[in-house]
Amino acid sequence: MGVIRYLRDIWRGAVSLARGMRRTLYYFLRPKEIITQQYPDNRLTLNLPERFKGEVVMPHNENNEHRCTGCQACELACPNGSLKVIYKYEITAEGKKKKAIDKLVYHLELCTMCNLCIEACPSDAIKMAQTFEHSVFDRSQLIKILNKPGSKIMEGVE
Amino acid sequence: MYHETEILETRTDAEGHEWMTINVGPQHPATHGVLHLVITLDGETIVKVDPHLGYIHRSIEKMCESLSYRQFIYVTSRMDYLSAHINNHGCALCVEKGLQVEVPPRAQVIRVLMDELTRIASHELWWGAMAMDLGAFTPFFYAFREREMINDIMEETCGARLTMNYMVPGGVMHDIHPNFQRRVKEFLKDYKRKISEYDEVVTENIIFQNRMKGIGILSPEDAISYGCSGPVARGSGVHCDVRKHYPYEIYSSLQFDEVLESGGDCFARYLVRMREMKESVRIIEQLIDNIPEGDFQAKTKAVLKLPKGEFYSKVETARGEFGVYIVSDGGTTPYRIKFRSPGFSNLSVLDKLARGNKIGDLVAIMGTLDLVIPDIDR
Repeated sequence: MGVIRYLRDIWRGAVSLARGMRRTLYYFLRPKEIITQQYPDNRLTLNLPERFKGEVVMPHNENNEHRCTGCQACELACPNGSLKVIYKYEITAEGKKKKAIDKLVYHLELCTMCNLCIEACPSDAIKMAQTFEHSVFDRSQLIKILNKPGSKIMEGVE
Repeated sequence: MYHETEILETRTDAEGHEWMTINVGPQHPATHGVLHLVITLDGETIVKVDPHLGYIHRSIEKMCESLSYRQFIYVTSRMDYLSAHINNHGCALCVEKGLQVEVPPRAQVIRVLMDELTRIASHELWWGAMAMDLGAFTPFFYAFREREMINDIMEETCGARLTMNYMVPGGVMHDIHPNFQRRVKEFLKDYKRKISEYDEVVTENIIFQNRMKGIGILSPEDAISYGCSGPVARGSGVHCDVRKHYPYEIYSSLQFDEVLESGGDCFARYLVRMREMKESVRIIEQLIDNIPEGDFQAKTKAVLKLPKGEFYSKVETARGEFGVYIVSDGGTTPYRIKFRSPGFSNLSVLDKLARGNKIGDLVAIMGTLDLVIPDIDR
């Protein structure tokens, strides 16, 4: 009896294995159903959704103007201290002192892409970009200054 | 007690019986993370399994004490990274309980939808890794193919694939993407066809069944006394689904079954997870066409302050019961936070299950416990 059961077990195992292999063969013969992205080669056609959180950027318009008022809400909202606002005071035409950013320093190496700074920003000055290839040879290259040199605050943004 | 062991150690007792101690991990393909197991063997039979923890301890609970109630939620995605949404959900629920904020119905439905998608994705990955541990490599690719579709849905709506940080106190961070409903329906249509393939390739395989049946039997009494939860306890027939017994959000109004198996062995735990995926599909089908209109986020103050006191909330993650306990002293940051992670309790039963089994079965037992090491170490 033992021998019969042993042989039967082998037979049943082989049948169930063949049934699984049939599924493998199905995909082997239909390569179109397999979704493989040829990643480094498809860089030009790679479309990431607009909400994808890649890195924080500050959009500038064609006159090199941004919307950042230097209110430091993003700095307070950031859990890791990735953003640092270095501000200065400008004298406006009426002779009043007004807070403005000198530099918005962004530490990409500390950032966890949690989107809290974007949510906190009252004037929509920063947004998430869809770039994701951030590797560099030296980590000091990951410290970025978000406002472009010589940029000003946009008219009408308070 | 912790003591350093050599990579391989043999010890002979007074009667001339030889024991061997070997180390599995912390870097080992079968442990799926930095788990270190010191195994005492008698020939091929396991005498004792001693898990050593702490290789990925990041002191998340202490870190949370210096973060505000909005900020600390993102850290919990890094604990159980496979059910990041559900962890965030538990924390958001606890903060809302303290703030006494009513979450809008639309946000509740979106949260439950996201939870169930995460649960499917998590079980998917477990299934692929489990089959790969037992020597079947193809299922890993099948599992990732479906998981990729969920990841794409997540990427479109939440902006990230793994650590989403989508749940905020009072609701969700953004509204759902316009394509969300269409893509989820496409996924469900495809998935229901594909899930039968899983049974065909792995579940019905006799070789696979022989390696799972009767291995690592966990009795219901042990499951309760070790504090197991989730599919591990439900595989032994213990009623412990938080969604069913302590419903949160809209789970009380949904039609779904608590999946129970009575075997208590590896195969029962396997079947619980396979059936749970189908239950999640049922929940998503009920909700996907009935997302109510309205706000996706309740109005909350810019700086959240919880009143003085203690708050606890629990949710059902893909691995079991996840609890968040916040002690507040009335300030903007928590005084103390404790996370009750399901993985830790489920790991503690490993020694009980593995004793007396062969060393080859340890992989099957560990696979069905579905351990995520950052969740255990925190």
